[in-house]
Amino acid sequence: MVRIEFNRLRFLVIDDNAHMRRMLRTLLHGFGAREVHEAEDGAAGLEAFTHHTPDIVITDWAMPIFDGLELTQMIRQPGANSNPYVAIIMLTGHSEKKRVVSARDAGVTEFLAKPISAKGLYQRIVNVVANPRPFIKTKTYFGPDRRRNVNPNYVGTERRKGGKADIIKQAPLFEKVRSQG
Amino acid sequence: MKKSAPKADKAKHHGPPKKNSAAVATYGDHEVIQPENKLRKVVSVKPLPPGEDPVARAEKALADLSTEFSSWMDSECERLDHARRSIAAGGFTAASKDALFHAAHDIKGEAATFGFPLVALAADSLCRLIEHTPDVTRIPVKLVDQHVDAVRAIHREYSRSDAKELAATLTKRLRAVTDEFLMHENRGRPDVLAQIKGPSIVPE
Repeated sequence: MVRIEFNRLRFLVIDDNAHMRRMLRTLLHGFGAREVHEAEDGAAGLEAFTHHTPDIVITDWAMPIFDGLELTQMIRQPGANSNPYVAIIMLTGHSEKKRVVSARDAGVTEFLAKPISAKGLYQRIVNVVANPRPFIKTKTYFGPDRRRNVNPNYVGTERRKGGKADIIKQAPLFEKVRSQG
Repeated sequence: MKKSAPKADKAKHHGPPKKNSAAVATYGDHEVIQPENKLRKVVSVKPLPPGEDPVARAEKALADLSTEFSSWMDSECERLDHARRSIAAGGFTAASKDALFHAAHDIKGEAATFGFPLVALAADSLCRLIEHTPDVTRIPVKLVDQHVDAVRAIHREYSRSDAKELAATLTKRLRAVTDEFLMHENRGRPDVLAQIKGPSIVPE
């Protein structure tokens, strides 16, 4: 069982809905987090991101000024801010395939569909903390590796050039944590 | 003739990560970056103390908060009604459309957590109507009204013994009428039609 010391993590919750922010704060405090910052739109979220340098950003998709997708694209700019690798959990009611793919291609780390649950949120946080994926940078993408596993049934040409880089092996979560002491 | 080595063999490893840095391996058309894992320090495999369950603790905290959910749902329904009245008074504008969509979208996402899951389906139908109509000014105001009235009615009558059947009937009818409208408005746009009909792929 992986154990996370939530009291050592800094969260930023960005959602224009005050009720949702309150629920998220309640859940995070329930997990043991102490430092939870909030912002009510994308612009305020970006400012808070720069100011508070959170470990994990939890953002809604649909927001005024600029939305969660645009916010993600702004954060995922190498060299533009202090931590373009920050874990971003997209929390949204949009669950259509096109939307999910758009979020992934913007560089979102995890996706959590509403209605939220304590278990679902906890699992996403554990995943981004204990099992971080490497980042991939191409001409058109910068973000977490979008290949979470190797599909043995995949038929088609390899789209990444460079032999060994085509499969990026990741140690199982448990082993990874053990080897890190 | 000597073959050149695959590009992968030429990958340039820039050495172990330094503080606040990332290990970068460069390949043919991409880089693989292993950022310094600053969060490693908060992960351990030490067993949780007996009785310690962070998920259960968070669920309890949310349950403690649930006394406020009914009034929160009231205010979300009022917000939706206000957005509907703005459209009835001044028609669809970018601002009024956004206000209606966000109000419906928030209800769709929150209703189940607030203890009113049956309300979410009618709100979802309204979201689809707004999102997939190319020209929202063509949406009949009556259809918007029917959605908003359904959301409010399902919420208001939630304690009735037949609430589930009532909600199912209303939502099924709304969804059918909305689908018919969307199919007509998006005729000739197969990509949008596929999206409208497509299932969700979000994991549980």
